[in-house]
Amino acid sequence: MKSLEELKAIRDRARVSVHLRKENSPDSIRVVVGMATCGIAAGARPVLAAFTEEVNKRGLQNVMVTQTGCIGLCQYEPIVEVYQPDGKVTTYVKMTPDKVGRIVTEHLVNGSVVDEYTIGSIGNLK
Amino acid sequence: MQELSLNVLDIAQNSVRAGASLVRITLDEDREKETLMISVADDGCGMTEEQVKSVTNPFFTTRTTRKVGLGIPFFKMAAEATGGSLTIHSTPGKGTETRAFFHTGHIDMLPVGNMAETVEMLITMNPDMDFLYVHSVGNEQFTLDTREIKAVLEDVPINSPEVASFIKETLAEGEAAL
Repeated sequence: MKSLEELKAIRDRARVSVHLRKENSPDSIRVVVGMATCGIAAGARPVLAAFTEEVNKRGLQNVMVTQTGCIGLCQYEPIVEVYQPDGKVTTYVKMTPDKVGRIVTEHLVNGSVVDEYTIGSIGNLK
Repeated sequence: MQELSLNVLDIAQNSVRAGASLVRITLDEDREKETLMISVADDGCGMTEEQVKSVTNPFFTTRTTRKVGLGIPFFKMAAEATGGSLTIHSTPGKGTETRAFFHTGHIDMLPVGNMAETVEMLITMNPDMDFLYVHSVGNEQFTLDTREIKAVLEDVPINSPEVASFIKETLAEGEAAL
């Protein structure tokens, strides 16, 4: 284990920024990654890890990355849903860690959906 | 599943759904005997004898979103493919332990894979739960206990970015040293 002393220093630094975070406030964006058996088998873990890392790296205080179970569209996993404060929901399908950067920059930061990764851009929805 | 660490992540999700407060994830490797034991034990709601018998059946699930439950069957298949086995012990109200045994020298043995990422995701996605991760290889052992970390953190959430990176690095170093 890395030293608990180091953790104490991290705690003290984190304490300063904790109250700046607005994760559970109504104006936060929720990024939800499907992590049931289907999602995990299709590669959801690295996608979730990439979102967490990218959001933390950019210090996006209003974005909460979380997980959910199976939403019943197993063939499109890994699936990521983005819930905006205005009630708009976007469903990204067949996600890979490579696609995460663009979604964070264009959608989470600049508010414009990356259409080509969404479920709507996939032809026959059977 | 391409690696066993993904099965562990999947099995641990059952503990999350079982309302567990502590999940113990144990990997015990013996490189001379070429064996590996993986255990996921929780203090969640547990299962009845009847349910325990049913969970290895892919067409059994308590979920209502679909009619199949493949987590346990996948894990069992991975163990049995190496000549190993999977056992489940569960007591309603007390918890469940899922234990899989592998012969690592077998040609169908899957790689263990990225355990660090599995444990990191479980901890950061379930900040209200505790995880005890113990990975032993022969006499070497790496342990991470979120109860120890939380005792130091006091009011700072375990999933705050600074702490999450600390946990990530600790796991990466601990796993690499084995």
